[in-house]
Amino acid sequence: MLEVRRVTAGYGAFTALWDVSLTVAAGEAVAVVGPNGAGKTTLMRVISGLVPSRGGELVFEGTPLTGRRAHQIVAHGIAHVPEGRRIFPGLTVAENLKMGAFLPPARRAYRQSLERVYGLFPVLAERRAQRAGSLSGGEQQMLAIGRALMSRPKLILLDEPSMGLAPVMVFRLFDLIRRVRAEGYTILVVEQNVRQVLKLVDRAYLLEVGRIRMEGRAELLSEQDFVRKAYMGL
Amino acid sequence: MDPIFLVEAAINGILLGGVLAVLALGLNLIFGVLDIVWIAYVDLVMLAMYAFYFMVQGHGWSVWVAGPATLVVGALLGIAVHLLIISPILTSAPINQLLATGGLLFFLQSFATFLWTTDHRSVRLSLPSVEIGGIFLPFTRVIPFAISILAMLALYLFLRHTYIGTAIRAVSQDRDAMALMGANPQRVYVVTSAVGGAMAGLAATLLSFQYSVHPFFGGQFGPLTFMICVLGGLGNMVGAFVASFVMSEIIAIGGVMFSTEMGYVIAFVVFIVVMFARPGGILARRE
Repeated sequence: MLEVRRVTAGYGAFTALWDVSLTVAAGEAVAVVGPNGAGKTTLMRVISGLVPSRGGELVFEGTPLTGRRAHQIVAHGIAHVPEGRRIFPGLTVAENLKMGAFLPPARRAYRQSLERVYGLFPVLAERRAQRAGSLSGGEQQMLAIGRALMSRPKLILLDEPSMGLAPVMVFRLFDLIRRVRAEGYTILVVEQNVRQVLKLVDRAYLLEVGRIRMEGRAELLSEQDFVRKAYMGL
Repeated sequence: MDPIFLVEAAINGILLGGVLAVLALGLNLIFGVLDIVWIAYVDLVMLAMYAFYFMVQGHGWSVWVAGPATLVVGALLGIAVHLLIISPILTSAPINQLLATGGLLFFLQSFATFLWTTDHRSVRLSLPSVEIGGIFLPFTRVIPFAISILAMLALYLFLRHTYIGTAIRAVSQDRDAMALMGANPQRVYVVTSAVGGAMAGLAATLLSFQYSVHPFFGGQFGPLTFMICVLGGLGNMVGAFVASFVMSEIIAIGGVMFSTEMGYVIAFVVFIVVMFARPGGILARRE
């Protein structure tokens, strides 16, 4: 479904990703793990078009997306839940979800999508008229995921969904992501919480200082020192 | 002093405040989305006032036709400023953007002087006054006030209840996140600049009811408009609305109690004092 081929990217004189290749098949859940500063967030931002790639190719469902801007990539069915959630704090919960359905095809299906999101996250329905900035961290993360679902994506990019959440909330959130998966969405997730995320996904990649070091099925990887390595950042 | 004069001044203050609020909201809307203060904003109003003047005096158009046409002229000027001046330097340092719109101010003033000389031109609308309990309310102020309130209500509904309006508010909170929703930032900027320009066009029509236009008209209302925006908190629409009336009341009441110049002096002193007490504007949240 998604193919990233030998992508290089960076900011200014700094190169954050070197020759990174990765694939995600339809229906799969794939994780990218690695220590801080490995380039995980940059990789997500390259896929969603927020950061231009300097080399390599990006292909989604057979369509080349290399060089497309963020607002064009959403239209192809890739939704990015960015690091730090990035909800619109001054807008209400309902308005945030409405913005998720900004594109005309998503706008036409607004009612159904909204019901679906409220079904997945009932707390968002309860708080629909509240300012999004007043939600708790966990609720804001649900809103960020819900907002991404409103665009009716095929692939969801989740960047550090558990960041800044209390341990109890982290467990609940992973459960919710599992439910999102069960709805048939394909997921690519970046996470520091390696042990949790390996229970969630089918395959994982280990990214270290901008390069892919290891790749394989989640249950095999967790056996290796891979986990420890990624955890400790050694 | 007869208290009736104070009441009359207070009412005139409210009537002026409505038009000032249109100016402040237009400027503030653009700032909120683009993070740029258009220094030449009121000079665009000046250009639009000339447009209104030539439509009415030169071509004999009815004000009911010339008014909406001036609004369109304002919107086109807003789009032109964005595409020709802001867009090419959108990613450069904020000070460059400020200087570019400042340069536009001098260009527009000189250009207007070159084309139309420094003569004051007025559309000379003669409208009656109404008298209510000994207070005279000239229609040249009542009508602009009523239209400005309706226009602000329309702006509110636009920002609140349309997709693009909500997107404009969303972009002012997080530019990148709105791109991830599929909104082309460039398109949102153009729409915002058009709406801000249309507000300038509307203000031009309303100000033409009372004031004559000349190339340096911007100097009369420009500093006051910036002061209102800062007083209300840059980018804060409700704050700008409230601050417009606070300032126009001070100017109007100070004007009858002392003199017009003194009214402005008091307004600027109040501004400075408030800025010391609440640097984020009157409606800023306390830390």
